[in-house]
Amino acid sequence: MKKFLIALLFAPVLAFASGAAVHLDKWPGSVSDKAALQNGAKLFVNYCLNCHGASYMRYKNLMDLGLTETQVKDNLMFTADKIGELMRVAARSDEQKLWFGAAPPDLTIIARARGEAGNAGAGADWLYTYLRSFYRDVNRPTGWNNVVFENVGMPHILYGLQGEQVRNHETHKLELAVPGSMAPAEFDKAVSDLVGFMVWMAEPQQEFRRTLGVFVLAFLALLFVVSYALKKEYWKDIH
Amino acid sequence: MAAGNFEKYKSDGSIGGNVLEWVDARFPATSLWKGHLSEYYAPKNFNFWYFFGSLALLVLVIQIVTGIFLVMHYKPDAAVNANGVPIAFASVEYIMRDVPGGWLIRYMHSTGASAFFIVVYLHMFRGLLYGSYRKPRELTWLFGVGIFLVLMGEAFFGYLLPWGQMSFWGAQVIVNLFSAIPVIGPDLSIIIRGDFVVGDATLNRFFSFHVIAFPLVLLGLVAAHVLALHETGSNNPDGVEIKANKDENGIPLDGIPFHPYYTVKDIVGVVVFLMVFSAVMFFAPEGGGYFLETPNFYPADPLKTPPHIAPVWYFTPYYSILRAMVWNFFGLPAKLWGVVGMGASVVIFAALPWLDRSPVKSIRYRGPITKVMLTIFVICFFILGYLGTLSPSPMGELVSQICTVFYFGFFLGMPWWSRMDKFKPVPDRVTMK
Repeated sequence: MKKFLIALLFAPVLAFASGAAVHLDKWPGSVSDKAALQNGAKLFVNYCLNCHGASYMRYKNLMDLGLTETQVKDNLMFTADKIGELMRVAARSDEQKLWFGAAPPDLTIIARARGEAGNAGAGADWLYTYLRSFYRDVNRPTGWNNVVFENVGMPHILYGLQGEQVRNHETHKLELAVPGSMAPAEFDKAVSDLVGFMVWMAEPQQEFRRTLGVFVLAFLALLFVVSYALKKEYWKDIH
Repeated sequence: MAAGNFEKYKSDGSIGGNVLEWVDARFPATSLWKGHLSEYYAPKNFNFWYFFGSLALLVLVIQIVTGIFLVMHYKPDAAVNANGVPIAFASVEYIMRDVPGGWLIRYMHSTGASAFFIVVYLHMFRGLLYGSYRKPRELTWLFGVGIFLVLMGEAFFGYLLPWGQMSFWGAQVIVNLFSAIPVIGPDLSIIIRGDFVVGDATLNRFFSFHVIAFPLVLLGLVAAHVLALHETGSNNPDGVEIKANKDENGIPLDGIPFHPYYTVKDIVGVVVFLMVFSAVMFFAPEGGGYFLETPNFYPADPLKTPPHIAPVWYFTPYYSILRAMVWNFFGLPAKLWGVVGMGASVVIFAALPWLDRSPVKSIRYRGPITKVMLTIFVICFFILGYLGTLSPSPMGELVSQICTVFYFGFFLGMPWWSRMDKFKPVPDRVTMK
């Protein structure tokens, strides 16, 4: 019995032990910020979509971000002709596997896939931290490594924006050795926008889902009042 | 009282009346309506716990209707499309994005799966509280256990269909368990998979089981469950037989017609249930990563085993029992004992009518032993369920072993502890608490 009680005491600790080993920065953005999502879409199309596909997503859905068909076609469609096409990637995954050691995953629902049990929003935090955690590592074939994803096959694609980070071997912290075209705060905002776009893309109708949910719950609350009154009326003689 | 010989409908001369008379002469319309609804007498003292039977029926309908629409767009095909994604996986995302309202239908179905188990677990707990499985309702209980088993199969087969990482590896683990059975095991698991690994053949047969075979059996068992219940009449929170006290017309004094009394009451239950259901579906459709597991947003990859394979929450108590068995008893492998333990932990519910030897049915008139045993059982069930979601650990293993002992102790000790208790006198009539 004593063992049992001790074990009960430790049960919550077990939950902790299975958590992520690396501390994740909280993603500061929001999926209701249309301007940020548009900026994120721009970054995504320019930087990510060259190697990663978003093959469940159609270009026309980008219009939901408040863009016109012409705007999408002129600014965000480089490899497709029709607005209804899926956001495919031209690179072949078997070739990419040879180049990088692993085929880059499709990113349409990566924000959901990177979530955790008990914390579905962890996907955004992971992406936000990961994209800002690349550092120089001459031992890697790409010249880059990542704190969140050890020995990742992906090179630091946002290098030009962030600059070059190195890992301090005493503090294990990342330090900016060569600045990029963006100031650190500016870069964080850009990554936040990019992550926001990926969170939005993982479920483009999520805002509508929540809005609809409010109406459905309001209707059900009304229905509850009516149905409860009906029940009371029928049951008034039952004692 | 059950559907029997009610007088045939006599027309009042109106067109509708004539039609009904014509139909009733050829089909037991009046008998069915009266026998199962308007003149089926249910105890008047049903409490909160009695909502979950009708709610289970509601969820069944939700699952069937949403399932019909999902099948219109879903493609059970493990081959990869031009983008290198399995067609089955891509078709689910197609439903989520390109099918109008598809996301809603899909979330209803995925939330409905978890809701089904929540409702059924509460429904079963009601049976434990008030001894609903006791004579003369043993068959109702057995049909119910059958429903529970089929439901587990239905959920398991359905979980493979999105063809995500957890779908694939969950199926891999569970089908491999069958190979632990001596002699026939290895061949049996190949027959189940239809291949040496989980693959397209597996996906297609699981699809067939999920949309045809198991729903058919499920519907048949539900009909049998309700028919058996209406033959004996319902139990109630006092555990007294309302048929023992009837008025001069043969109507139980403590009974009220199911319709309209319980239909209007169940509507209230349905509305409250739908509020909870909608709250999850619209605001947290992943159920915190427990209803839709996050690794399942990656397409199935036979070459990449996830670091931690966890079943969906409703299977985790049994999964913990499986993992708790680590000894090679009697020279048989621990894996086999795990499978035996897991199977027994589910099937043992069927023995309840014969394990319970207490002179009274309801917990209201049973003493502290029953209350303590039931509480420990529920706590262990929750702990086992929680541990089943975690990666294996030495401490988790020890706790799950202790809980497994209590789990089976509850059932196997019941013939003794259920008799030893202190009992209060049971009233003749139901009470309205």
